[in-house]
Amino acid sequence: MRTLKFLLQKEFRQIFRNTMILRMIIAMPIMQLLIMPLAADFEIKNINISVVDHDHSSYSRKLIEKIVVSGYFKLNDYSNSFNQSFQEFQKDNSDLVLEIPQHFERDLMRENSGNLFIAVNAINGTKAAVGSTYLSHIISNFNTDIRLDWLPPQKSNVTPTIEIATRNWYNPFLNYPFFMVPGILVVLVTMVGAYMCALNIVKEKEIGTIEQINVTPIKKFHFILGKLIPFWVIGIIVFTIGLFGVARLVYGIVPVGSLLLMYAFLSVYLIALLGVGLIISTYSETQQQAMSLAFFAMMIFILMSGLFTSIDSMPEWAKWIARCNPVTYFIEVMRMVVLKASGFEDIKKHFLVMSGMAVIFNVWAILNYKKTSS
Amino acid sequence: MTTEVVIKTDKLTKRYGDFIAANEITFEVYSGEIFGFLGANGAGKTTAMKMLCGLSTPSSGDAMIAGFDIYSQTENIKKNIGYMSQKFSLYEDLTVVENINFFGGIYGMSDQNLKLKKDKLIETLGMQKEAKKLVGSLPLGWKQKLAFSVAVLHEPKIVFLDEPTGGVDPVTRRQFWDLIYAASDSGITIFVTTHYMDEAEYCNRITMMVDGFIKALDTPTNLKHQFSATTMDEVFFELARGANRKAD
Repeated sequence: MRTLKFLLQKEFRQIFRNTMILRMIIAMPIMQLLIMPLAADFEIKNINISVVDHDHSSYSRKLIEKIVVSGYFKLNDYSNSFNQSFQEFQKDNSDLVLEIPQHFERDLMRENSGNLFIAVNAINGTKAAVGSTYLSHIISNFNTDIRLDWLPPQKSNVTPTIEIATRNWYNPFLNYPFFMVPGILVVLVTMVGAYMCALNIVKEKEIGTIEQINVTPIKKFHFILGKLIPFWVIGIIVFTIGLFGVARLVYGIVPVGSLLLMYAFLSVYLIALLGVGLIISTYSETQQQAMSLAFFAMMIFILMSGLFTSIDSMPEWAKWIARCNPVTYFIEVMRMVVLKASGFEDIKKHFLVMSGMAVIFNVWAILNYKKTSS
Repeated sequence: MTTEVVIKTDKLTKRYGDFIAANEITFEVYSGEIFGFLGANGAGKTTAMKMLCGLSTPSSGDAMIAGFDIYSQTENIKKNIGYMSQKFSLYEDLTVVENINFFGGIYGMSDQNLKLKKDKLIETLGMQKEAKKLVGSLPLGWKQKLAFSVAVLHEPKIVFLDEPTGGVDPVTRRQFWDLIYAASDSGITIFVTTHYMDEAEYCNRITMMVDGFIKALDTPTNLKHQFSATTMDEVFFELARGANRKAD
């Protein structure tokens, strides 16, 4: 215990003497939480559309007007030739081309049918799919409108339609930050924890001070605890700043679930995650190696965590990776507790898995930390 | 001088693949001795020392340090030795006092003893004004003297010094050796590697390592006599001439 006291005293002194780290602890959660949720927004707006109008009729104009006022589309260009619009398409200036054929209005009046042609730039699959869906929706609305115009309002003529009423639970206004911010908060804690912890130990290797530690009778787990505890505390501070500072004040996210439960899970999560940082440090000799390794690990952790994409739509093998990823569990827990007020019973499984990971990672790190080289 | 043996090695060997860094080195060091470990760069001095400190496991051979086995009792060895490496090994972002407290603390010194030793150390080094300064801001010579004093703070049986005076000016080197003598007088065995042949003369006994082998082991006077040389420099050249390994 006495050894640990001296180790902790030393670590905290070094950390608080390093103004760069202090600034990172304060500035990073604020900056990232302010910027990232705005950019990582999957609501599709500003779809650029090119319209080729061969008809120039009042109907074609009405349709174009309806598209533009919907708010989702920006009219990129309006031309008479498909080739001209297609060039815009190729230059990536427009995402969609809508071609209105000649005699669109006439055919519609006389033959009761009209043809429209939509070309979609599918490089960005999400944008393409959402864009064409929106556009189809607008066109079908337009269709209903003209049908109502033509048909005399007779009761007998009303076509049977099914009305669908949708109600959004947990995030009633489909507020995107409500979904993203808890997740990004997790990423933040992850980055701060794993990176700082790994780099700190490897720095001692680089400078050579670790050799001086290794010739002392310090026990391995004392040394590891001495490194773990300070970054555990920092992780909790960063999380708190993010949760109460940015999430609440800027995005108005007030967790509906239990704070105690959230912090309890955070505590276990940080132990597991710092274990990962420790493992990285035992495998690297230089800070450069540690950075590369940590970056590699972070990329997988973040992309396979269900932060941006739904895990349910991953192939089976990828789901397994996601299940071995500590970040996945914390993001799930955060979303459940913050938005759904889930209780301990709901996240019991998460607690169990995370505790298991914490034990595995740290035992691995302690076993792999060698005071004596062979 | 007593004849109690504090370091005893028997055919201690360290291999890295085909390369044999230390080849069957066998010697004894007596309690209270200043034992010089000489050799060109790459001769295997640091390798040998790291094995003796328990930082590196030998490939074969045996050794007892302060009465403990080098394979099975490394943690006991670590309680009884001090070590100062080639690289400066105190924390540059801690102050002089903080470094002393930290290293004293992790060797399990009591608060009372630590305070006593700390005050004495600062007084001996004349660092009263620098006590609250960051170690990183001190000149190299001061750092080295401080590092040595910290390495013997917990009163180990043996202290290992790996080229402690590299890059230090002659005056500071002289002062550094005064510290070594003081430690030796208090009963600490000194095991020191060096390149400086004038320093070799300060040692009670010295060994010369060439290409991983021990080529000579005796008092400086006897060695000079044996090679009919007037200075240790000549002895060194005579022995190192046969070396195949290029200095790194």
